[in-house]
Amino acid sequence: MDFNLTEEQNMLRDTLGRFLGDRYSHKSRQKLIASGEAYDQEIFSGLAGLGVLGALFDADHGGFGGAGFDLSVVFEELGRAGVIEPFLPAVLAGGLIAEAGRTNVVDEIIAGTHVAALAHGEPGSRYDLSHVESSAVLDGAEIILTGRKTHVLNGAQAQTLVVSARESGEVRDEEGISLFLVFAGGEGVTVVNHVNVDGTSGATVTLESVRVSVSARLGAAGAAFSSLETAVARCLTALCAEALGAMEAAKALTIEYLKDRKQFGIPIGKFQALQHRMADMLIEIEQARSAVINLAGNLDQPRAIRERHVSATKNLIGRVGAMVAEECTQMHGGIGMTHEYALSHFSRRLTMIDHMFGDVDYHLERFIALRVR
Amino acid sequence: MDLNFTADEQAFRVEVRGWLNHTLPYDLSERVRLGKRLGKFDIELWHSLLNERGWLAPNWPRQYGGCDWNAAQRHIYEEEACLAHAPRTLPFGLNMLAPVLMAFGSELQRQKFLPRILTGQDWWCQGYSEPGAGSDLAALKTRAVREGDDYVVNGQKTWTTLGQYANWIFCLVRTNLDVKKQEGISFLLMDMNAPGVTVRPIVLLDGQAEVNEVFFDNVRVPVENLVGEVDKGWTYAKYLLTHERTNIAGTGFSNAALETLKHVADQVHSGGKPLSQNLLFAARVAQVEIDLMAMATTNLRMVSAAAQGQAPGPESSMLKVKGTVIRQELTSLLRRAMGPDAMPFQLDCLQGGDNAEAMGPDHAAAAAPNYFNMRKLSIFGGSNEVQRTIITKNILGF
Ligand SMILES: Cc1cc2nc3c(=O)[nH]c(=O)nc-3n(C[C@H](O)[C@H](O)[C@H](O)COP(=O)(O)OP(=O)(O)OC[C@H]3O[C@@H](n4cnc5c(N)ncnc54)[C@H](O)[C@@H]3O)c2cc1C
Repeated sequence: MDFNLTEEQNMLRDTLGRFLGDRYSHKSRQKLIASGEAYDQEIFSGLAGLGVLGALFDADHGGFGGAGFDLSVVFEELGRAGVIEPFLPAVLAGGLIAEAGRTNVVDEIIAGTHVAALAHGEPGSRYDLSHVESSAVLDGAEIILTGRKTHVLNGAQAQTLVVSARESGEVRDEEGISLFLVFAGGEGVTVVNHVNVDGTSGATVTLESVRVSVSARLGAAGAAFSSLETAVARCLTALCAEALGAMEAAKALTIEYLKDRKQFGIPIGKFQALQHRMADMLIEIEQARSAVINLAGNLDQPRAIRERHVSATKNLIGRVGAMVAEECTQMHGGIGMTHEYALSHFSRRLTMIDHMFGDVDYHLERFIALRVR
Repeated sequence: MDLNFTADEQAFRVEVRGWLNHTLPYDLSERVRLGKRLGKFDIELWHSLLNERGWLAPNWPRQYGGCDWNAAQRHIYEEEACLAHAPRTLPFGLNMLAPVLMAFGSELQRQKFLPRILTGQDWWCQGYSEPGAGSDLAALKTRAVREGDDYVVNGQKTWTTLGQYANWIFCLVRTNLDVKKQEGISFLLMDMNAPGVTVRPIVLLDGQAEVNEVFFDNVRVPVENLVGEVDKGWTYAKYLLTHERTNIAGTGFSNAALETLKHVADQVHSGGKPLSQNLLFAARVAQVEIDLMAMATTNLRMVSAAAQGQAPGPESSMLKVKGTVIRQELTSLLRRAMGPDAMPFQLDCLQGGDNAEAMGPDHAAAAAPNYFNMRKLSIFGGSNEVQRTIITKNILGF
């Protein structure tokens, strides 16, 4: 057993933390969101320059990391600073593109000069990964894509979309799903941007008889489900680590506030009613940290083991995230509800993370279904 | 014991329902049903419709234009209005200031201000909290110094709900620095349009600005706007708080929210079937429904005790804690029910814009913002921690 990070991971965490500490604040993020920009290209490039994107890919794909703990180290820091720049799409779509061996695109993603987004969710899919209604029809050397994709993370900022579509089978079958590289500006592709509650950006993508060459298909026809599941497992490792970072940030703000804020002549942190709740929160955040470690450490295990950890961790993170967001808001009083105060970002983000790739209930049910008999 | 309403009460329910059916504008109730924000005009319209019927002030005595309803009638009205998705009425003038004026105000103040609350000529807001005085309200610092026939007021109020629409604010101000902090507070009525008053909006978690900071810079207030006696404001404030706490359980709101939630859970699909058939989700809904059923009776027990002359005491603290926990849970479940569709921030839609094409189901635009907005329930009106302290002191006797 060794719970220490490698020297490289420690160094990356420290430089990342320092860079974000200097350059990223609640104010700057709010200004950015108010300006209508989805992210700050300078910050994104700066972070790419520090190797943040390279850390998400292994050496075979031009990176220098790619393991579960690389993802968790990076994303905990991103979460602690409340970064909205498009790093999750690099894990999701970038991971799928890398797995398919399209190294030229991956190089650009790692350099921070190319954003690729996964266009997978659909109006009726909720959290079901196998729910794909969009169709892919072979037409000679081309494939015709038709369908509607929702909640495409950074879809409108992406040059390339990784689109899932069905080549065979029924709407919720795992078999029959393929992935395609689609040029976001291509004919028949409409991308409509929206801002999310937590300041991140999503898009609705409509594909109207979009023609792509057969070579745009990633992997074998109809066999993409397991790649998708793996990519989502990696994405959830990142997302849960991000949530952990956000919890740590919310906790730090709350501790500081309880020491500063005086009512009835004493700091409110002197009230035992609040002290015990902070103590409970600390216990739960340690649980969250362990859950992230469990997932990161089992990411390369066989599917049966890996996916149990995916659902266990996402469920626990969802529960603790809600507790941290609600308790920190409550213990701040009115200030905790204000947009201007940094806590607002973390409580929104923690709440919204539960709406991504399966909520508490979804993963509880899935965990039960995946139980080892 | 008899859990049934009397024949008279049932007839009253039918009357209320019929009137709501007939009078409540559809587009207004639709916006309330979908959790969208209402503007000044919407609220004023609803006030005027209620006032025409004579139902705007359920707990005022007849002599002032109220309906003098008993506790059961008020409860029935509240339930029906919520189920019909009527907008809520503004509590500041009707339920907070008016009882204070009736009990402690001058005849002049009563004659001047009470009718204008009913006609909608005045929009009142509550100026209690300050940056340094929240739970510890008596620590307030806004100063009022007597100069001839005026008080000159300097200081700041905060969290002033809908102060952006108000033309009057009732304030607690410090008039005496030489006594115990509770004994140097006075209750002042202030014109928001007077020189020296500045209002600055505060945007909250839901992206909306329903609260404000209000600054006073040498604002002159005629002494006739002092309520009751100087330095006795704390007594009036406490009296006001007991009135603020009527209907504190909010069971009407919860009933309506539960109905909405069940409806949504039938419409939204998860894993190929309605969410209402998902056992985990159904269990969450059932749990809160069971709590609400008991809560409704707890509320009625306490309401009828109050009707028999016992003033709402520390029991109302229990209603506040449990009632707000239930309401918050309901907003949380509606947000969960939306799945990924809770994520987009759809401002136009939230504010009731017609031309905004909504993403996701009907309730998607408001689900997350309302969940965040309702965090306030356990913070204001005496935070839930403060309520628990009241329970331990006044009921448990610790
Ligand atoms: C949306 C909103 C609308 C509002 N509208 C109005 C309005 O119209 N007019 C108005 O005057 N005010 C209004 N308020 C203010 C509200 O009454 C205060 O927020 C409330 O009194 C709490 O004060 P605070 O925010 O300063 O928190 P604080 O008093 O600083 O409390 C911070 C935390 O400490 C806890 N705490 C404090 N004291 C104790 C104790 N002794 N023991 C244990 N825990 C304690 C609190 O429960 C809370 O969790 C509004 C507030 C909100 C959020």
